Amino acid sequence: MNLPGLYIHIPFCKTKCPYCHFYSTTDISSVDVFIVSIIREMALYADAFDTFDTVYIGGGTPSLLTIHQLDSIISGVHKHFDVPPNAEITIEVNPADGDLAWYRSLKSLGVNRLHLGVQSFSDQALTFLGRRHRSDDAFAALDNTVHAGFDNFGLDLIYGVPGQNLQSWRESLASAVSLSPPHLSAYQLAIEEDTPLCHSYRCGSFDIPDEDASLAFFLETSAYLERSGYHHYEVSNYAASPSQRSRHNQKYWDHTPYLGLGPGAHSFKEGRRWWNHRSIEGYLKDLAEGTAPVAGDETLTRDDLRLETLFMSLRTAAGIDVAAFCLQFGENLPEIHPSIIQSLVDGGLIVFKDGRISPTTRGLAVADQLALIF
Amino acid sequence: MTSMDYIRNFSIIAHIDHGKSTLADRLIQHTGGCDARNFQDQILDNMDIERERGITIKSQAISLPYTARDGNTYNLNLIDTPGHVDFSYEVSRSLASCEGVLLLIDAAQGVQAQTLANLYLAMEHDLEIIPVINKIDLPSADVERVIEQIDSELGLDTDTHLKCSAKEGTGIEDILEAIVQRIPSPTGTPEAPLSALIFDAQYDSFRGTVIHCRIMDGVVQSGDIIRFMYGGATYKVEEVGHFLLSRQKREVLSAGEVGYIIAGVKTISDVRTGDTITLENRPCDKPLPGFKEVKPVVFASIYPIASDDYEDLAVSLEKYKLNDASFVYEKDASVALGQGFRCGFLGLLHLDIVQERLEREYDQSLILSVPSVRFRLTLKDGTVQYVDNPSHYPPQMDIAKGEEPYIRAAMMMPERYLGAVMKLCQEKRGMNSSLSYPGPGRAELIYEMPLSEVIYDFYDRFKSVSQGYGSFDYELIDFRDSNLVLVDILVNGEKVDALSQIVHRDRARACGLQACERLKEEIPKQMFKIALQAAIGGEIIARTTITAFRKDVTAKCYGGDISRKRKLLEKQKKGKKRMKMIGNVSIPQSAFLAVLKSDTD
Repeated sequence: MNLPGLYIHIPFCKTKCPYCHFYSTTDISSVDVFIVSIIREMALYADAFDTFDTVYIGGGTPSLLTIHQLDSIISGVHKHFDVPPNAEITIEVNPADGDLAWYRSLKSLGVNRLHLGVQSFSDQALTFLGRRHRSDDAFAALDNTVHAGFDNFGLDLIYGVPGQNLQSWRESLASAVSLSPPHLSAYQLAIEEDTPLCHSYRCGSFDIPDEDASLAFFLETSAYLERSGYHHYEVSNYAASPSQRSRHNQKYWDHTPYLGLGPGAHSFKEGRRWWNHRSIEGYLKDLAEGTAPVAGDETLTRDDLRLETLFMSLRTAAGIDVAAFCLQFGENLPEIHPSIIQSLVDGGLIVFKDGRISPTTRGLAVADQLALIF
Repeated sequence: MTSMDYIRNFSIIAHIDHGKSTLADRLIQHTGGCDARNFQDQILDNMDIERERGITIKSQAISLPYTARDGNTYNLNLIDTPGHVDFSYEVSRSLASCEGVLLLIDAAQGVQAQTLANLYLAMEHDLEIIPVINKIDLPSADVERVIEQIDSELGLDTDTHLKCSAKEGTGIEDILEAIVQRIPSPTGTPEAPLSALIFDAQYDSFRGTVIHCRIMDGVVQSGDIIRFMYGGATYKVEEVGHFLLSRQKREVLSAGEVGYIIAGVKTISDVRTGDTITLENRPCDKPLPGFKEVKPVVFASIYPIASDDYEDLAVSLEKYKLNDASFVYEKDASVALGQGFRCGFLGLLHLDIVQERLEREYDQSLILSVPSVRFRLTLKDGTVQYVDNPSHYPPQMDIAKGEEPYIRAAMMMPERYLGAVMKLCQEKRGMNSSLSYPGPGRAELIYEMPLSEVIYDFYDRFKSVSQGYGSFDYELIDFRDSNLVLVDILVNGEKVDALSQIVHRDRARACGLQACERLKEEIPKQMFKIALQAAIGGEIIARTTITAFRKDVTAKCYGGDISRKRKLLEKQKKGKKRMKMIGNVSIPQSAFLAVLKSDTD
């Protein structure tokens, strides 16, 4: 079994992006008590978890924190858990935040991977997305990243933004590629329930691409980035080389245990998943009383695990390991469903070879539906 | 033993929704059949579906002890009748058990098609008819107009009418008095050999079949050996009695009385409505007149959605059948849908009721094939076949002549809807129409139409073009020549036999195209392109395509909140489970249902 991963959720933002579904607050008055609390939360799990070989500081906006605050958190991690020297330690950075000195200090804290929330190189799209940076900030942030000596970093991009067409999207991709990031994530703008974006969408303020247009964006992204030397290894993720994939995210996809700290964070261990309060108040209150700020949990049944394994495997280019799946769930998929496999192969949605059922690019576009077939 | 002079047997007849069940409830309440505390609205309609749809499906009977103004106590036997054209034979048997009827007319709607149809039935049985104008409390009530209709359209003496509001409970006492004074007491000879008319039967899981009957002559008591004169079987009587709110055991049932007989009859199918019961060792000369073998006119196959549920469905049908003698079924198998049952119904409403009860009371998930009538085919070798199942349709080249059943439809409506209704009837291949004006501004339209045109959506469309003011009644008349073809539906080249239909050639293309369009609306996009085709033999007459599903709206799947995504997918998966796989295409139940309905807009 792989070593577990640690996720740390920093629930603060200067401004809220209308599309974002993750928990955060713009009230930063409780940052200091939050830092004390999250370290207290680490202590609560020091017995259950031992060693992490990935640490991911996300949010929210972790780059709002000062170096001193981040240092406290990272020191806390080291105090309560073992983190080997070769561990992947990632932090999400908003391109509007930080100067070269701040980036350099991150490096000295042991952070070795940056994830930059660029989202777009079009100022028009950035405005729609409610981002507080401009495309110039993104170039500057990349500059700082490189100058501070980070060789492992990734960019987030969003497509399907109203007003965007294939041509303007290609220009954003070209800008991204010109900066040679080892890792790229490209997400389709999703209208999540209970977000301001969802509300204005329902009011008819804007249109989103239809199914055909979405597919065109998806295929163009894949083709463009593959041509530029990136491997499309998961629905939304691209890496210049296998070693530059996000090691942390892969733990979510293959049921490796992970511990999530901070409001709204999810954890998984030994078939149980639990999640923290999605409010800073509830979170702080529980920790002040010395109890884990857990809002709910569930124990996955075999059927739950099976479905998760299917849909998460089919979101990756590697796909399903037939033998491993059979060992765990007692189902030899190609033997049970030969005609389905054959028609999916004929339809160009999967490839079945070397004991793996792997989605093609078109298959990745319909990964969820593929999972429901079996 | 009650003297016959103190018995009255009567029924309430009315057009649908004219308030029959509400009046029955009032009569029960007024005669103390039950106290207010136990009063449950519409006691006679005791099935959920009956209460929801406001129609009576099965006949029921109840004895009301009533002390009249003359100081005597009478036993008023109310025999409730089903209120829909599908069940007109059952109505006729109930009426044959009575001496009189209350003809209930809605004060706002006036005389409607079933008012007339029911009146004619009552007249055929020589019954005393008491017109009762109901709903006089409605703001839209027009009592004067209804009195005028009683004279001009029904040809009844206007002095005989009564007025009531069953809802408010006014006029009830007058009705009870009129029953006593105007409806004749039953005749019959207790000393004569037993003859009893079966007008209904119910299944009791402890006692077996409970036979509802009217004793015409003679007496019957427990220990007697009885014989069904048409059915032929003999049984030993275990118990006889009257219907109060529950069964009340009695020593004997005697001429003139209405009651029940329990005689160890295992299944309700052994008891046929209209049959005559007599004594084995002292039989009557001849059975009572009017017996008819009830024949289903609409047929459809029922399949379980999951083929594993076939055994369950079989058990449910068996149980259901215990209480519905008019429902018939046999095993049937479809290539596309697997094992199922071919079922016969008295009409489309009956079909609806059976489907709904199976789903609701027996928790079955069903797929129903397109309903069909029974066609008569003469083959080139001279043999005659009756075919109600498209999968038994012989090769077209073997058929010399096709015929389909026709009905005579009687429709009544305000004159202003005449044009729209005639247009609808012509579209449904109606012919030989005749038109009369039974009253000012009111038209009665008679059309001869193929039954197959009526079983789909005729009634709904008729209601809609006449804006709810039209009423409809029909009877089967005969078979007539028809140029029939079999239209098959193919999904990705695979024939879905449950969607095949036998139709008139002129309608084949429209019908095939419509089926394809309906399927297209209902079948969700799948991983592959789906071709939908309609064909007569090898000839494709209509086609359409469902494009493949091409892109998920792929929500982010990190931050570890995988449970949320799994739950979304589980929901979709549940939806898929309710679908039927045809080849590699999942077809939802709604698609099968949608094909049944024709265009209503």
